[in-house]
Amino acid sequence: MINLASRDVLHGWGKFLFTGIGLGLLIGVTLTMAGVFRGMVDDGKVLIDNSGADLWVVQQGTLGPYAEPSSLRDDVWRGIAGIEGVAETGNAAYLTIQMAHAGKDVRVMIVGIEVDRPNRPGAPPYLTAGRPILQGHYEAIADERAGLKLGERVKIRRHDYTVVGLTRRMVSSSGDPMIFVPLKDAQEIQFLKDNDALINERARTAANPAFNRPGVPGLLEAAQAAATQARNVNTVLVRLAPGADPAAVAGEIQRWKRLTAYTKAQMEDILIAKLIATSAKQIGMFLVILAIVTAAIVAFIIYTMTLAKVREIAVLKLIGAKNRTIAAMILQQALALGVIGFLVGRVAAGLWGPAFPKYVLLLPQDAIGGFIVVLAICALASSVAIRAALRIDPAEAIGG
Amino acid sequence: MAEPVPAIKLTGLRKRYGAGETAVDALKGVDMTVWPGEVVGLVGPSGSGKSTLLKCLGAVIEPTAGRMELAGETIYDGDAGGWKIADLRALRRDRIGFVFQAPYLIPFLDVTDNVALLPMLAGQDNAAARKRALELLTALDVRHRAGAQISQLSGGEQQRVAIARALANHAPVILADEPTAPLDSERALTVVRILNDLARQYHTAIVVVTHDEKIIPTFRRIYHIRDGRTHEEAGEGRAL
Repeated sequence: MINLASRDVLHGWGKFLFTGIGLGLLIGVTLTMAGVFRGMVDDGKVLIDNSGADLWVVQQGTLGPYAEPSSLRDDVWRGIAGIEGVAETGNAAYLTIQMAHAGKDVRVMIVGIEVDRPNRPGAPPYLTAGRPILQGHYEAIADERAGLKLGERVKIRRHDYTVVGLTRRMVSSSGDPMIFVPLKDAQEIQFLKDNDALINERARTAANPAFNRPGVPGLLEAAQAAATQARNVNTVLVRLAPGADPAAVAGEIQRWKRLTAYTKAQMEDILIAKLIATSAKQIGMFLVILAIVTAAIVAFIIYTMTLAKVREIAVLKLIGAKNRTIAAMILQQALALGVIGFLVGRVAAGLWGPAFPKYVLLLPQDAIGGFIVVLAICALASSVAIRAALRIDPAEAIGG
Repeated sequence: MAEPVPAIKLTGLRKRYGAGETAVDALKGVDMTVWPGEVVGLVGPSGSGKSTLLKCLGAVIEPTAGRMELAGETIYDGDAGGWKIADLRALRRDRIGFVFQAPYLIPFLDVTDNVALLPMLAGQDNAAARKRALELLTALDVRHRAGAQISQLSGGEQQRVAIARALANHAPVILADEPTAPLDSERALTVVRILNDLARQYHTAIVVVTHDEKIIPTFRRIYHIRDGRTHEEAGEGRAL
């Protein structure tokens, strides 16, 4: 038996192809939206994975350091390091800023890490170019998406930093590229006030009789020094010893150090289930609407194509074609349209995805799932046209 | 010697559209007999019931009363429950050929496959169906256009292909609805000659519904239909 669907498609292949391309662009938008969602989730995951930590110790009662502000003294690590099961600790400070680069404003996350030895928790796990930070000040490692070049000098707040290394996929949960600097620099960037504020603060402290008592030499200087110190961090990253139970160690830290500690699973829950939940719902709604629009468009296209063949279908029925032959013709055309549309959409999403400012992650399983959904939508949409075709009276082929 | 069996025999065939006060009797008791190998004209003004009769004959619509036989088999009996054939689609496919005013060929199939489609629908394999199609295209003198697309054919060639399609399943009956309407005199007479030749060659009964004054004189027998009733008269049977 001749395949009527393929013959019809080949007969008007140009029209069919252009229809498929149009549909494909719509499917491409849908796949890209799914990719944006996946990218957001992946940004959150790489943030957790690349930190190299098993536990995040933060200010008590906060969801820090990514979802909420958290502030700890930078010496609390000493007590944490003594708890059984803790292999290594690393102070880390995070701050998202907007800096000027090449005449444009670039939003970056400044990450302060301890640079006294390599592979401290918090340091980038790999470099694509350059070397790790070796000096205690004014060196930086930048994510490639920040647009910085190796050896370039970049001004962050008060100081210039030399880019000594480049890394990749080191981004904040919002997708902003990270710039790693020595912890003390990051503390200064985050906590140290500007000169005017310092002068005002010193004057205010000096005017306070409680800090400027006669007969207590050195009290005012000590109070002023305490007020201008930048000795806080946002989190202590903890790497556990092999075999240690993360939940048990987190429990110990919370019990004895009066801090909050999150395991990797809890941090994933905070970042993915809570921090991006609203955005995810937003994208999910958009995906549902796009799927409905795609279904409606496919249904309309197939219905129109079927109505254009009323006479041929009537003749086919008159000369004895079975309903299933006609239904198969319409269904196969709808599926062919879906296949063309999906292929075009996947290629389009792959081409325009990297141009998006945020990471677009097109996963193979999403593509497979999308393909099945597209075919299901096409099959469902073709049912409208099939119903119309089966209602066509073979008598329409005979005049009168 | 066995009694000859008519290819078509209609007895008191009636068709009523609608019901109650708005009912319209399109056929009011049609009697008709067409013998194998015969080409019969069915002539009448617009609204006389020609198309209704053709649709009843083609098992596309169900008559209201009367009796209809094809090649000796009763396919409709109004007194005994209506259709006597369960699969009308197969009846149309295997035993009735259709030729329309416009050829209504399938535009996305080439000439050969338009003809071969019918045997394929009946379950023949593609090779056998195409062989049969090529035989008919040869008989109808359009073999040289076998691979052409329908849009590349002239009106006369399209009508020949449509006739070939009607014959593809060895149907004992062909119903032709104004087959010469879009053709000039010469081509119209050629089509009628072809129908006559094929009727003789394949022993097929052909009913030609027509208004066409050019071809009416070619019929040996004509059924005139007016107000849903037929009467038979001898035609001129002019040589083609």
